[in-house]
Amino acid sequence: MTLNIDIKEEQKKAQETIQNQGFRVLVCSGTGCIANGAMEIIAKFRELGANVESLSHHDKMTVVPTGCHGFCEQGVLVVLPDLHTTYVKVHVEDVEEIFESHIKNGKPVERLLYVDPKTGEHVHKNEDINFYKKQTRTALENNGHINAEDIDEAIAVGGYEALAKVLEKNDSDWVIEEILKSGLKGRGGAGFPTGMKWKFAAANRGGKTYMVCNGDEGDPGAFMDRSVMEGDPHKLLEGMAIAAFAIGADEGYIYVRAEYPLAIKRLRKAIADAEARHFLGKNIMGSDFTFDVHIKEGAGAFVCGEETALIASIEGERGMPRPKPPFPANKGLFGRPTVINNVETLANVPVIIRKGADWFSSMGTETSKGTKTFALTGEVNNTGLIEVPMGTTLRQIIFDIGGGIRGGKKFKAVQIGGPSGGCLTEEHLDLPMDYESLQKAGAMVGSGGLVVMNEDTCIVEVARFFMNFTQNESCGKCVPCREGTKNMLKILERIVAGQGKPEDIDVLKELATAVQDGSLCALGKTAPNPVLSTLKYFLDEYKAHIIDKKCPAGVCAAMKTYRIQEDVCKGCTKCARTCPVGAISGTVKEPHKIDTEKCIKCGSCMAACPFKAIVVE
Amino acid sequence: MSEDKKTLFIEGKEVEFTNEPNLLEIIRKAGFNVPTFCYRPDLTQFGACRMCVVEVEYPNGRKMINSSCTMPPEANIKVSLNTQRVRRIRKTVLELLLANHNRECTTCEKSGNCELQQYAEEYGVRKITYPTLQPEDMKEIDNSNPSIVRDPNKCILCGACVRACKEFHGHAVLGFANRGSKTLVQPMCGKKLSDVDCVFCGQCQAVCPTGALTIKSDVERVWDEINNKDKKVVVQVAPSVRVAIGEMFGLKPGENSIGKIYAALRKIGFDLIFDTNFTADLTIMEEGTEFVERLTKGGKLPLFTSCCPAWVRYLETHHPDMLDHLSSCKSPQGMLSPVAKEFVPKYYEGYNKDNMVVVSIMPCTAKKYEASREQLTRDGKPETDYVLTTQEFGRMIKSAGIDFKTLEDEKADSPFGEYTGAGTIFGASGGVAEAAARTAYYLVTGENIADNDIKPMRGVDKSSRSKSVELDIKGTKVVVRVVSTLSEAEKAIQEIKNGTANFQLLEVMACPGGCINGGGQPRSCDDIKVKEERAEGLYAEDKGMPLRRSHENPDIIRIYKENLEKPGSHIAHELLHTTYSDKRKGTYLSVGE
Repeated sequence: MTLNIDIKEEQKKAQETIQNQGFRVLVCSGTGCIANGAMEIIAKFRELGANVESLSHHDKMTVVPTGCHGFCEQGVLVVLPDLHTTYVKVHVEDVEEIFESHIKNGKPVERLLYVDPKTGEHVHKNEDINFYKKQTRTALENNGHINAEDIDEAIAVGGYEALAKVLEKNDSDWVIEEILKSGLKGRGGAGFPTGMKWKFAAANRGGKTYMVCNGDEGDPGAFMDRSVMEGDPHKLLEGMAIAAFAIGADEGYIYVRAEYPLAIKRLRKAIADAEARHFLGKNIMGSDFTFDVHIKEGAGAFVCGEETALIASIEGERGMPRPKPPFPANKGLFGRPTVINNVETLANVPVIIRKGADWFSSMGTETSKGTKTFALTGEVNNTGLIEVPMGTTLRQIIFDIGGGIRGGKKFKAVQIGGPSGGCLTEEHLDLPMDYESLQKAGAMVGSGGLVVMNEDTCIVEVARFFMNFTQNESCGKCVPCREGTKNMLKILERIVAGQGKPEDIDVLKELATAVQDGSLCALGKTAPNPVLSTLKYFLDEYKAHIIDKKCPAGVCAAMKTYRIQEDVCKGCTKCARTCPVGAISGTVKEPHKIDTEKCIKCGSCMAACPFKAIVVE
Repeated sequence: MSEDKKTLFIEGKEVEFTNEPNLLEIIRKAGFNVPTFCYRPDLTQFGACRMCVVEVEYPNGRKMINSSCTMPPEANIKVSLNTQRVRRIRKTVLELLLANHNRECTTCEKSGNCELQQYAEEYGVRKITYPTLQPEDMKEIDNSNPSIVRDPNKCILCGACVRACKEFHGHAVLGFANRGSKTLVQPMCGKKLSDVDCVFCGQCQAVCPTGALTIKSDVERVWDEINNKDKKVVVQVAPSVRVAIGEMFGLKPGENSIGKIYAALRKIGFDLIFDTNFTADLTIMEEGTEFVERLTKGGKLPLFTSCCPAWVRYLETHHPDMLDHLSSCKSPQGMLSPVAKEFVPKYYEGYNKDNMVVVSIMPCTAKKYEASREQLTRDGKPETDYVLTTQEFGRMIKSAGIDFKTLEDEKADSPFGEYTGAGTIFGASGGVAEAAARTAYYLVTGENIADNDIKPMRGVDKSSRSKSVELDIKGTKVVVRVVSTLSEAEKAIQEIKNGTANFQLLEVMACPGGCINGGGQPRSCDDIKVKEERAEGLYAEDKGMPLRRSHENPDIIRIYKENLEKPGSHIAHELLHTTYSDKRKGTYLSVGE
């Protein structure tokens, strides 16, 4: 097909526009950094930049609000690409100093540089920070580098080039073949081959077909999809348009949770800008391909991330999953063939088309290709959003990128794949992170949540936490999920309260099997995973709770006893005065005593004691 | 094996299939069965209860567990119904449901009729592993509705009621609320069932597998009246009761047991036994006359039938601006009661207005509401004192120790007990219109219609919920629209509102298929054939009757001659006609008014 838009020409123009911006100051404007004051920082830089007469090499300065850089715990991040410097934990008060000292006079502000937790040294360049150094970015390639609200910036870095290539070629089967060849699998959880999904839907080409993007990111702590939508919305739109072309859809929905207002705002702007440039809408780039995109805001139900519940929600029904088969590729939205892909999956598509399937499949393992984002949180030094080739080991992620366990503590376990994932241990640290290996070990890639736990974490409490989450978020439709998870939760609550019964472990296992086998949708089918994996790897810890009534990690309050060591206590009375329930008695300069009946185990006495006389048992 | 013939294997047996909507239907057709709470053939598939799970093996060796009620059949799959894995799922589901269920089985309205109870027995559930529902967890029972009682403590959230209300009537009186284990089925915003736009049709409780939704019972109050020496209890029986009640006593659906019903009523101790079919004929006289008058002299058309109280209530709450379309005729129940109270003393000794109690036996839960309508009271008292559903009547027969099956046929009392075939077919969707057409033809032309059977108006299955029939009354073309379910009625209303309606008479029955499938009939929600068999029973009685046109009923001729003068007379209006009013107030439909 001949197009009436020359994307290379557009790219050149966009790059020139950016060149004309002069000195660029990139300020992270992801949701996290905005909460930390990014907008004030941007305003301050702009105010100072307005009075710039001349910098050493540039005649003007442009402040660029970018999408999430990923290194959220170090936010607000400010990057000066021309000076090869990244500043971390920047506050609005620091802006003037950065401007005066570094931008104007070439002298870096040392105190705002990242300090490597291992070496204790300051690191100037982004690419020298371990957190970034060990990453390979595909879906997140532009995040932090471009202004998400400016379509020219997206075009300058290759945006819509893949779409133009696809439309010029005008061969939807080639697109599907290319995606199949790339080995791309769904990044939202289940890991189903994306090309296969498209192929199934394409078999129904001819009638009305829908292309839906699943942006209902709900796993606690996961924010890769939000980062793409906020930081590089055009890439998502381009991916959707390519998918729509492949399957013969002319209408699409992006389902975003209403809790992501910034993503919604940036997507809306991106859609309007793309339509204005004829990259979306009627006769895209002068071709006969038409694709309209709508945004559907979700109301925050976790289960709406399940594709059939998401369909129900778009249709205006209560977000309850529907049994499969029929699969959405045959009978989906409004009863029509529908492809539903996750945000990160779609963000990979334009890159695959642009750089080729072979390039993509050269990364990763035999069966899991490309890169995957992970939300690294918990007890590691560097938390944030990362992207690594499939097959990277847990050790590399936790100890190289994550910088090891915080406070020199011991690594205990890592929960992978969100509330439906599983807990892995030390023995799995060298496991390659791919779909098959993780599943074999009892976890899953899921959406890519990684919660790292140290020795102070009670594993039964972790299982209880996740079970509580899935129980609360169960849609209530099918019995095994609604009632089964409720009873599993009751048992776990009993165990952490010190009232576990010896038969509880067997009942948990039986119930878990019935819930896995019998539930209607993936939420229920995977809900028992955290329990089953912790039972498998930490059975002794369960037994300690149930039989010895002890929490080895010292977390479960019900099983804690506070005691004052008589020989250490000086009788200063501080503890007795701090105790909120009057459980401590004793006379001045005499050892005090805790009445364990009255004690509510709040720990305030322990914190108050200047002599470390109080111990927990 | 030819190419178009598809087969699959159930428990090793090769079974052919064609266009069955799901695996469960094929399993049943092949003579097997699996339990289910949420699958109802007349409703969309839901897949919630997980009782009908089966293990499926594909030709490529892949195995999966799935709910058979939602699985589209596929050729060459092997289906196992009772593997260890699926039995364990079913048993766990039962235990989990029972743990969260108010298990007061012996005193439950649904006892003996409850699918949860049945499967718990079949699966031998003898202990509950999980913590059970405690008194402090119990939620309030909603007794506010005149027809339906809702007990959330017995709800297993199968969603059948939600689907029935929405799919039959297009308005979701009941819906899901909350998430996780706090999920509930309840009227919108947690309101009482009396404060929403419920039409009392009772289809929700007809599909409910447990005691969560039940019929509000009046049995004890009726027994009290029967045993009161000072009271004379007069009873009437609606058309479709005769072809359904036998099912509670081992008779086949559709088997006409009206003679046994009369006998049972006498044995129980009712003093006078009338047949609502008689006033069905009377309705035709009045409504037919009203229709012919509107048609020939000008008046609001299309005319809407007014026999179905759920439909009347729907119009009063949803379209009060269209009440002038509605026939002013009372329903057959609504006609018989005042007629009895007014004229029985004239024909039967020992009866007077004050000692008479009128009970009606109805296939319908909404009739309980109808009896309570302010417009249907005289001197501050309801014209119909008590309404019993077919189910309640069946229970009365059982508790009276009557062996229904072996009863000798008896007759109703006359006058007010005779009827024609036209009165009988009132019980099926299309029957009122067909009966009206037979008499309207006579009223317009002075001649009888050539063929009494107007077959295009008949049919009670899912595909027959809306029918349009053109009649030629000696050159006058009349289009009759017959609908069942309020969803279909709403479509007809929209046609009137947007000017595309081409019909002059609209017959509406709220229950799918009409009264034969009413909310008060014996439970049959897992078998769609039952309502067809019941309808056949009514048409068979009609076919076999010597008189098949309402205006030929000797009791009708006599009542006009001796009491009512002529159809539409002043006294007829006083006794047989009624008024309607805007009833949006108190429901959410009044919001913003």
